[in-house]
Amino acid sequence: MMNEIGISLDTVWMLLAAMLVFWMQPGFALCEAGFTRSKNTVNILMKNFVDFMFGSLLFFFVGFGFMFGSDGCGFVGAPNWGDLSFYGGDLPVEGFLIFETVFCATSATIVSGAMAERTKFSMYMLYSAVISLFIYPIEGHWTWGGGWLCNEAEDGWMMTTFGAVFHDFAGSAIVHSVGGVLALIGAMALGPRLGKYDKAGRSRAIPGHNLMMAALGVFILWLGWFGFNPGSQLAATGAVNREAISHVFLTTNLAAAAGGMATMFVTWWKYGKPSLSLTLNGVLAGLVGITAGCDLVSPIGAIVIGLICGVVLVFAIEFIDHVLHIDDPVGASSVHGVCGILGTLLTGLLATDSGALYGHGWGFFAAECFGVLVIDLWAAVCGFILFYGIKRLHGLRVEARMEEEGLDIYEHGEGCYN
Amino acid sequence: MKKIEAIIRKTRFEDVKAALLDADIDWFEYHDVHGIGQSRQERIYRGVQYSTDVIERVAISIVCRDVFLEPTVAVILKVAHTGEIGDGRIFVSEVTDTYSIRTGEHGDAVIRDKK
Repeated sequence: MMNEIGISLDTVWMLLAAMLVFWMQPGFALCEAGFTRSKNTVNILMKNFVDFMFGSLLFFFVGFGFMFGSDGCGFVGAPNWGDLSFYGGDLPVEGFLIFETVFCATSATIVSGAMAERTKFSMYMLYSAVISLFIYPIEGHWTWGGGWLCNEAEDGWMMTTFGAVFHDFAGSAIVHSVGGVLALIGAMALGPRLGKYDKAGRSRAIPGHNLMMAALGVFILWLGWFGFNPGSQLAATGAVNREAISHVFLTTNLAAAAGGMATMFVTWWKYGKPSLSLTLNGVLAGLVGITAGCDLVSPIGAIVIGLICGVVLVFAIEFIDHVLHIDDPVGASSVHGVCGILGTLLTGLLATDSGALYGHGWGFFAAECFGVLVIDLWAAVCGFILFYGIKRLHGLRVEARMEEEGLDIYEHGEGCYN
Repeated sequence: MKKIEAIIRKTRFEDVKAALLDADIDWFEYHDVHGIGQSRQERIYRGVQYSTDVIERVAISIVCRDVFLEPTVAVILKVAHTGEIGDGRIFVSEVTDTYSIRTGEHGDAVIRDKK
């Protein structure tokens, strides 16, 4: 009887967390809309809807099987074609599917901001389908699906090579860095927005049209992360679980606060004034960074991760913009890509029970490095083929005239502000 | 009849508005205007420094009878003044006639300032 109630409690917690993670979609939508110009607002909102609509349907029919279906070698599961009966676990499979769907959609929606203001809508839909159908579920299978990167069997490849398996609690690497890497490659394939760089190659500011929206979006994302990380425990019953979700809640919040604060002070020092547009990214950098190790690091460790991510973020954004000349209007590649990778690596150093800085040797750190490398290499190769393939075969970018006058009117026939 | 157009600081608008109502002007139009001048303002967005030359001001437009020209201009000169560069300008021009759409009347009678 107690066990029955326990499973129900776990289910309610999981579904509650799923709601919070779903709520990250409007967070992303507002954040991206605020950081871009008003002539492209309908377009970016539409892209956020497409990500969730496609993600929900495709993950239900196919992706869930790719990710959690059984197989021999731990590389990819069998597509489930809408049949959920294969999944055996304590939690109800339909609830678990919903929980995994909102994570898949989060990964998908990261890219829209980086490719904002110049991408053909039809081609964006194609990308959105491919990540939900294919890119995310397959690397998800390697890890959360019980595949080779997280195979804890003593004779598994990771255990025999590193003596530890890859650990990414809620998806710094699996969800965020994959979205970030795809965002970077997508923005690179597209080229910068018209007027972003002058003839001498100097970067020009294209201010977003509403920092109010962007700030609200970031607060919503911060709230959503309280489902994203603590919810990934997938249980609330019993002393172990209730302490775990509380600990994760605390580390998540500390890292977010530390990340935002670090960015604020770095921008104050670098540019003479504390910059809101970057501090918003700094909060997200801390959140992305802590996601991998939120269950393993101490509260102090979480603050350290947040601070490092918040500082690195500013330099990553500068490097990508001023040196690489890749135009990422919302900073998705820096926030989710760079800080997602960084957070996963820092987990290998700062995990209290296995990290290198706590005297447990370098095996776990090496496993983290290897896992990040493999996952992001997969994302990068898929991204290259996808975006450069589309560019070559059909064209990824709208005509200059459409870009100048705004995608809202040309792509959707309606403006956001009338 | 005269038309008075004044470009003033946004921060002085509320005081100028109150002073004009006190001076028996019962109707005027205003709109936010953007001007370009010699001054530059440094701004930073997402780590990119840039300067903007856009200056934001309020433009007020008043049509009054000739006898009201001087007191009205005096009010604006006094209330909109701060002494810093950028206080603005007042332009005065001749208006040949005014019609009331409701009554069809025209001439000075249409402008119902109180005196």
